[in-house]
Parts: sequence; C-alpha cells; structure tokens
Amino acid sequence: MSIGHTLLGLLESGPRHGYDLKRAFDEKFGHDRPLHYGQVYSTMSRLLKNGLVEVDGIEAGGGPERKRYAITDAGITDVERWLATPEKPEEYLQSTLYTKVVLALLTHRDAADILDTQRSEHLRSMRILTDRKRKGDLADQLICDHALFHLEADLRWLELTAARLDKLRAAVTR
Amino acid sequence: MTPPPGSLLAAENLRKTFGPTVALDGAHFSIHPGEVVAVMGPSGSGKSTLLHCLAGIVPPDSGSITYDGRELSGLSDTARSALRRSDFGFVFQFGQLVPELTCVENVALPLRLNGSPRKEAERAALTWMERLEVDDLKGKRPGEVSGGQGQRVAVARALVTGPRVVFADEPTGALDSLNGERVMELLTDAARSTNAAVVLVTHEARVAAYSDREIVVRDGRSRDMERAI
Amino acid sequence: MNLRQWSRDLGMGVRFAVTGGREGWVRMVLTAVGVGLGVALLLLTTAVPNVLAARHQREQARTDLTYSEKVPPKGGNTVLVGMADTRWHDKDVRGRFLEPEGARAPLPPGVDRFPAPGEMVVSPALKKLLTSDEGRLLRERLADRITGTIGEPGLIGSHELAFYAGADHLAVREDNSHVVRLTAFGDRHPTPERADPVLIMMTLVVFVALLTPVAVFIAAAVRFGGERRDRRLAALRLVGSDRRMTRRIAAGEALAGALLGLAVGTVFFLVGRQAAGSVEVLGVSIFPSYLNPSLALAVLVAVAVPAAAVGVTLFAMRGVAVEPLGVVRTAKQARRRLWWRLLLPLAGLALLYPMIGKGRSHGDFNEYLVIGGVLLLLVGVSALLPWAVEAVVARLGAGPVSWQLAVRRLQLSSGTAARMVNGIAVAVAGAIALQMLFAGVEGQYTRNTGQDPDRASVEINLSNGSALPAAAREFPRTKGVRAAVAISSGSVGDRRRDPGTTVGITVGDCAALRELAHLPSCRDGDVFVVPDPRDEPDDLAFARPGRHGFIDASYSDGVRGREIPWTVPAGVRQVTARKDALQSYVNGLLVTPSALPSGAASTMYHQVYARLDLSVPEADQYVRNTAARVDRLASVWHWTATTESRKYTSLRTGLFVGAVCVLVLIGASLLVSQLEQLRERRKLLSSLVAFGTRRRTLGLSVLWQTAVPVSLGLLLASTVGVALGSVLLKMTDTAVSVEWASVLSMAGAGAGVVLVVTLLSLPPLLRMMRPEGLRTE
Repeated sequence: MSIGHTLLGLLESGPRHGYDLKRAFDEKFGHDRPLHYGQVYSTMSRLLKNGLVEVDGIEAGGGPERKRYAITDAGITDVERWLATPEKPEEYLQSTLYTKVVLALLTHRDAADILDTQRSEHLRSMRILTDRKRKGDLADQLICDHALFHLEADLRWLELTAARLDKLRAAVTR
Repeated sequence: MTPPPGSLLAAENLRKTFGPTVALDGAHFSIHPGEVVAVMGPSGSGKSTLLHCLAGIVPPDSGSITYDGRELSGLSDTARSALRRSDFGFVFQFGQLVPELTCVENVALPLRLNGSPRKEAERAALTWMERLEVDDLKGKRPGEVSGGQGQRVAVARALVTGPRVVFADEPTGALDSLNGERVMELLTDAARSTNAAVVLVTHEARVAAYSDREIVVRDGRSRDMERAI
Repeated sequence: MNLRQWSRDLGMGVRFAVTGGREGWVRMVLTAVGVGLGVALLLLTTAVPNVLAARHQREQARTDLTYSEKVPPKGGNTVLVGMADTRWHDKDVRGRFLEPEGARAPLPPGVDRFPAPGEMVVSPALKKLLTSDEGRLLRERLADRITGTIGEPGLIGSHELAFYAGADHLAVREDNSHVVRLTAFGDRHPTPERADPVLIMMTLVVFVALLTPVAVFIAAAVRFGGERRDRRLAALRLVGSDRRMTRRIAAGEALAGALLGLAVGTVFFLVGRQAAGSVEVLGVSIFPSYLNPSLALAVLVAVAVPAAAVGVTLFAMRGVAVEPLGVVRTAKQARRRLWWRLLLPLAGLALLYPMIGKGRSHGDFNEYLVIGGVLLLLVGVSALLPWAVEAVVARLGAGPVSWQLAVRRLQLSSGTAARMVNGIAVAVAGAIALQMLFAGVEGQYTRNTGQDPDRASVEINLSNGSALPAAAREFPRTKGVRAAVAISSGSVGDRRRDPGTTVGITVGDCAALRELAHLPSCRDGDVFVVPDPRDEPDDLAFARPGRHGFIDASYSDGVRGREIPWTVPAGVRQVTARKDALQSYVNGLLVTPSALPSGAASTMYHQVYARLDLSVPEADQYVRNTAARVDRLASVWHWTATTESRKYTSLRTGLFVGAVCVLVLIGASLLVSQLEQLRERRKLLSSLVAFGTRRRTLGLSVLWQTAVPVSLGLLLASTVGVALGSVLLKMTDTAVSVEWASVLSMAGAGAGVVLVVTLLSLPPLLRMMRPEGLRTE
C-alpha cells in the first residue's frame, strides 16, 4: 500500500497537521499496524520536495512546532492518477507451503499432516478475524473480509491439494 | 477409551457402513456445553453420517456415543426420538420447513410435538423469531420467503426448545456469503447465549471460522486438530 | 394453430413420457394402470348387455315349462321331465329327472346322452360340491352315480349347481305339475321380454351411477405426478416453448399414458374375463364367453379414453400458469365460485322434474332426460366438492400437531384433495340413490306371500298320494323337525259331471286339522265345516249331513275326474278358521281320513308342513333329504314373509358388484396419489423425524389428510344421493322414505376404503421416514 498516496488523499478534504494525519490514517487504515510518526514525517518531506504538498502554516503550541500541510494541484492530480491505475493482481506462483508439501512427499513424510496443520493454523487466524468482524464496525468487517477471503482461497487450495496428494506424490517421486 | 472429562456429547470409535460403502471407520468426537465444533472434510467423507450418528438419528454399527453420561446406542428408537425432541435442535441445508405451515407455526412445531399448547408455543416461537430478526414473516409460508430468511426461521425452530445441542448440517449451503454469514452469526450468538453446543457440518472454511475448533473427517476417520497439536 | 403443430407437440409430449428416464416411466405406468383399470371396467360394463342376453338365451334354450299347454301324447319323440329343484344352503340347485319315452326323445342342451335310472349328469360346480366333504348332506339327497357333466350350453353360469338324473315310472299329471312331457326343450314362443319402464329406468341409472365415477377416476389418473410434470414443463418454457405448446406437450404426455392404459386395460379385461368364469358374486356366475363387448362400444371406448385424456389435461392446465422459472401458484388462489357448481345439480333436477309422478303405468321414461338428469346431478357432486372442501377447510382450526399438519396441507391444496375423493363421492351418491330407489320400489316388486314363517318353516308338496304314509311317518322323525303334519286337499261337487256347486275338502288327522281351525273336540271320522262369507248359500247348503256328492268331478271341457261318490256324514260341526292357519285360505269341509271313501286320497294334493328347530344346524337340509327319500319329485318351499322379483334381485346384485368394483378402483387411485405425494416429501419427512416427530403423528396426519376430504365428500354424496333417490322414487310414483341403514352402509364402505388406503400407505410412509432420506447426493 502506498502510504504517500493515502496521506495525500487524506489531505484532499482539507489541510492537516502531521499528527492529525497519523491519527486519521490509523483510524481508517491502520488497524493492524499504526504508523510511526517518523514514517509520516519522512513521507511528508518527500511529498513536499516533489511539490505535491505545501506547508500551509506553522503553529507554535505547547510541544514542538507543528506544520500544517495542504495538498497542491499537482498532488490532487497524482492521487487521481494513482486511484485510476489498476493494481497488478498478485500471483503466488511459488509458495512456501507448496515447497513444504513437495519436500514432504520427496522425503516420504506425511504431507497430509502438513496440510491439516496448516489448515488448522489458517482457521485459527480466520477465527480471530471473524471474531473481530463481529465486534467491529463496517470498516472492520470489510477489511477482515478481505483477509478472510484470501485465507479462504489458501484453504481451498489446501483442500484441492489434499485431494490430489496421491497424484502429486506420483509426479514428484517419479 | 473414555470420553474427555466435562464433555456433553462424545463418540468413540464409530463405525457405520451403508451396504458396500464405508461411511465411518473409527471416528471420534467430543463437544463441551456451549462449544461450537465444526466438522469439516471433503464431500463423501462421512461428515453427515457422523452428525446423524451423534444425533441418534442413525445407530452406528459399532462404537459408543455418550450424551450427558448416557449411552445413546442403548436407547430405543422411541427414546432417541424423545431425546431429539427435548435436547437437540436441527438445521439442515434446505427442505426442512413444512411448506403448508406458516413460519411461526413451523417454529412452534417442536414445542407442539412436546405437548405445549398452541398459543404458548407460538408465543415462544415469536420471541425466537424476533431474536433472529424474522418476526415480520410470521404469517408467511416458507414458499414466500427468501432462502436466507427461511434458514433463519429454521434456526429459530432449532433453538425454540432450548436444546443443549444444535446440529447444523451445511446450514448455509444454499445461501450467498452475506446471508450465510448472517445466519451463522445469529446461530452462534443465540447458541452461546443459551450455552448450547453446536455441531456444525460444513465444507466452507469461512463458515467453520465461526466455530471454536474443528474436526476433520477424511475417509470415515476423524482428526481432532485441537487434540492433535 | 394447425394440425401439424398439434401433432408435433403431442408427439413431443409422448416422447417425453417415454424417454423421461425412470421417473417418467413410473409416472406413465401409474397413469396407464389407472386408466387401464378404468378401461377394463368400461369394457366389462359394455359387455354387460351381452351377458344378460347370453344368460337369457341359455335359460330359454333349456326351459321345460309348458304352462297351460296340453300334454302331448306319448310317442317316440317324447321325454318325461320331472322337476327336482332343491336348495343347498342359500343356493338354488336346478334338478330334473329325465325319462325318454322313445328313441328320438329330445336331449336337453349340454347333455349328450340320457342318464340311466340311478345315474346322473351334473354341472362341474355341483360335481365339485358333491365330492367334497362339505357336500356330504347334499350327496345323501342326490345319491345317484355321477356318469358325466353338463356341458356349457346347458348352464347359465360357471358356478351354477344343476343335475339331470335318470328315472323311470314318471307319471304325468293332468295339471302338468311335477312332471311334464316334452317333444323339445326350449321356449317354443320366445318373446323378447317387454321390459317394465321402471326397470329400464333403474338399469339406466345403475349404468350412469357406475360409469360416472369411472370417468372421474380416469380424469384423475391422467393427472398423476402433475407436480413433477409442471417442473419439467417450466424447463421447457425456459428454452422457449410458449404456453400453448407446453399445454399440448402436457396433453401429449397424458396421451401416452392413456394409450398405454388402453393396452393395459385390454389385458386387464381379458384377464378379468377369464377370472370372471371362476368366481361367483352374490350367487351369480358367468362364463367368460359371455363377456364380449359389442364392437361399436369397444371402439367408442378406444377413441373416447385418449380423447378424454387430452381434453382433461388441456382443461386442467388452464388453471396453472407454467412460467419459465417454475409454476406460478400464488399463495391465495382465487376463491372457487359457487354459482356454476350449483347450476349443474339444479339443471339435473330440472331435467328429472317433468317425469315426477309418472310411475309405471304412463309409458316409458325419456331415456335421454333420465341419463342427462342423473349425470348432471352426479357430475354436480364432483363440481361442488372442491368448493365445499375449500370452504370448510379454510374454517378448520386448532388441534393437535397431526391435525394442524393435515389441515394446513389441505388449505394449500384443497383441489388435489378434492380430486382424490371425487370418485368415491360420486360413486357413493349414485349408490345411495339407487339403494333408495330399490328399497322404495321393493314394495312393488315384492309380493306379500301371506305365509307366516312362525307357524311352519317348510312346506313340502308331494307329487302323489302314495308317498303320504311314508311322509307322515318320516318327517316327524327327521332331525331338526319340531313337528310335521300332512294335509291333503281336493274338492267335492254335487254332480258327477259339471257340478253346479263344489266345496273344498281338506283332509288330515286331528293334529293337522287343529293347525287350520279351532276344533272343540276331534276324533277320527269327524267332519267339520268352515263357512266362508264369500260362499254362495247353496255351497254351504251342500255341506250338510246326508248330502250326496262326487269327489273329483269331471268337466266336459277339460279333465276327466275319478267321480268317487261320497255322502256327507252326520255330525258335521261348524268351526272357525285360525287366523294363523297353515293354509292361507281355509274353507269348506275339514275331514278326518276315515270319513272319506277309499281311493279319494289319490285325487288330492298332498302337503307336509314342518316346523323346524332353528337351533339345529342344517335342519332344512335334513328336511330336504327326507323329502327326496320319500318322494323324489317333492318340492320343498321355505316360508318367507316376502318374495322378490328375480329381475329386481339381479339388478340389485349388479349394483352391489359394480359399487364394490368402483370403490376398489378408486381406492387404488387414492393409494397411488397418496404414495406419490409421500415420495415428493421424502426429504421433509426425514427432517421432521430428525427433530423427533413421532411416527404416530405423521401417520395420523396422513389419515386426517384423507379423512377430512372424504368425510366432506361422503356428506355431500349422501345429501345429493338422498335428493336424487327421492326424485327417482317420485318419478316411479312411490312413497319417499330414506333408507338410513343403506346410506350409512354406503358411507361406511367409502370410509372403509379410506382406512384401507391409509393403512396400505403406512409401510411406505415408515420407510420414507428413515434417516436415509436426509442424505444428500
């Protein structure tokens, strides 16, 4: 995920201080990993250098001085371009799990065990996500669903592989 | 082998064949009060047969099933039916609601089978329908409601007697994911609130994610992932 | 819409029916069996006129009654025939003695040579009976050696009991009773019976009442499996066939079933025809060869049944909208309208109304009006029933779970339920009406015999006086006889020839005479007189002591008598007849035997009256055996209060046989649709059992589901039946009275069918409730 574009997008609704930006980002997108302020600071410096934001004003408060950032026209254009560019679908052509299964088969270990254990682990994650989804708001639900669907896709691959272990064994041990 | 301490329903070494087909070949199972256990596995692995045996619908060829300290296989068909009426609830994939009865009558049916008067049964049924957010369907017939609504009516019916175990066989199998998840949420919430155990047969991981733990059935043999680890 | 399109769509339907896989075959076989049963019954019914004609012909060909004709002179071509009819329990045994008087004596039909004295030829059924243990008592009576069997031409039914026995020394009496002399068997003046208008009307009503339910039944049979078919049609709509096409395709499917049904029905008929020869229903048996339907009627059946199948389907499909995504049946169907349903029976009444009060003396009934009226009334039942079921079921309320399940099901599909019982309702309505008609007309067709079974149970007419002493000796000793008296009767005239006045003489010992009149005292030799207000004064004057007369006087225009002179002895006392006398009309002289001259006995008729001890089993059989021993030609009569006309009896028998067939047929169709319905609900039943529903609850709900519409049907049927019966009775000009016993028994028979059907559908129900139904593919 591009933090720079996300912060730019957040600035579109109006100028904000760095801390405001971090809070807004954490609230909306940072469920798993909140941003360090350092990340915000370095990102904003880069955006400032590229002319995508400008400093709107400086407030002197109780603590350190606070810059207020505003988005520039070039920044708005950049956000637009980012949103319009489709993401490249991620393909997992070589996965660790596949390697593990093939290795198990090659070394005559129980590959079904590996799959079952992995399923159990996946389900454990899915349970946590499901639980969070039930307690959270709509944003939580959508984010969790995204993860759940990915995990589910893994599991479906697992089931399919489990059903075809004999064939796979014949293929890899030939 | 003895059932794990504190379990409400446990099965040891179940075997069941239908003609030449081996459906169960030494399956184990146990569930505690208030626990939701998913039974997973590919099609034809014996999931449903395990559920039918646990619920006392089908007697196993061998092995033991203990419910609340009682051995199920020693009970007569009549006694097992009575047990199902009083202590168990059921949700199936489809085709379980009586098409001629209205939704509230369907939900009240298990209570009436237990001898409750009609008014009382329907009042209790309506309470459960409210909890499952289908009380506005009370006068409709199953043919007039959507699949998701119908399953929620079925869940209400499974819970109306205050069962100690709810058996759900692919309860979301005929629903889209949004409706399916809503049914699962309502089912598990309601079961937890009454401390009922849920035996959930499914092949869908996202449905199984509503459980506390899962059991995998493959070729008639079960594998309890919790105990395995 | 052209013919090609029609035949293409119908053909497609037929193909669907044939290639529909296992399910399609099952459905078509069900339809075919249903239609086949109906067709078989139709064919049987069309053969009934032939049966009646064939039986009548056979009966005429062997008749030996000459009525009042003169006795032909003895010759080389004459045969003496003695009547030896008897009874075995409740079955008639036709018996004849044969004594050929020359080489060219005629043989009766079915007999190829005369049995010698001491031999007899018997019908196959009688042979079986006589050689069985059960027939031991009858064998005592018919002790002759069996030398052959009577062929089919000599019998009117496969189970008829009949024998021809050889005899010698048969004597013809002037009045042709007991023994006749024939030159040929067969009615010499066969006349087609001029049937009574009321009988014709009753026959018509019987036919309509039996065939209407068969039609209703066929209509139901072509709709077996309708729900599955509708789903298949919906799939056809999805791939682009329009509504009319689907309707025609559905009709084609029904047509396939109906055509197969025709074939099945023909087989059923042929099997039934053979089977008909081996059964006897209510004393009537027939030969298979009688059951030949006339060609025209058979062709009519072959054309009408498939045409009706197509018509019924097209009509039934009008109410169903088969849409591409399934069959649309809204939860609230349009309520059935009452007015046109009421119109049918009212129109029927209107047709019959003009014939009220006609009776049998005002010419024939208009056949078309009778058939039309009865048909409309009965069809009215099947039109009213769906409305009634819907109206009543909608108001049914609370009850146990089984009741609730049944009632809700009926509310949702009352039409299906009504269709199922329609046949029974129509059959019962017709049968009740006929019962009433028969019971009412019974008075007209049943003669009051004036006999009092309390006084004597059996009357034995002896063929001649020589058997009298033996009879007087044997009967009182016979097992099961409480008392027996012998009475002879004759007459005395005032002149040798052509007497001006005659007085009856009744001869018997004192015990016998006391059965006839109140005697102050009696010794042998006494004579009494019973005055009759109807007698001419001269007649009574003749019965005075000292008057001379001649017993068995001769008449110049007829029979020559024995002319035995007799003087009325002194001391004739006047007595009064008993009200409950053994003879219905006691008058004239009552004479003890020694007051008569010798030889007088031979001019008289001799009877033995016996009172039976009914607690002795087979008492009447012992009496008949004694009678056969003392006088082979004696005829034995059981006294009953009434006798029925034979025609009436056979009509009523036909009704019973038909009603039983129709009810069995409809019961079969009920069972078929019940099973089909259960099969479609297999999954639901299994899940109900899973959550602990008792088997009893489900069984009861199946019972209610049939019992509710059937009770409604029977109620409606009873109402219409009683109404129709009343109208028919008024038409025959008979007092209307409702035979509640028969109404109840017909309704009970209908209810019995329901019970049997429910019982028969229980094993499959239990099988379907097994948890295997829960398993998904």
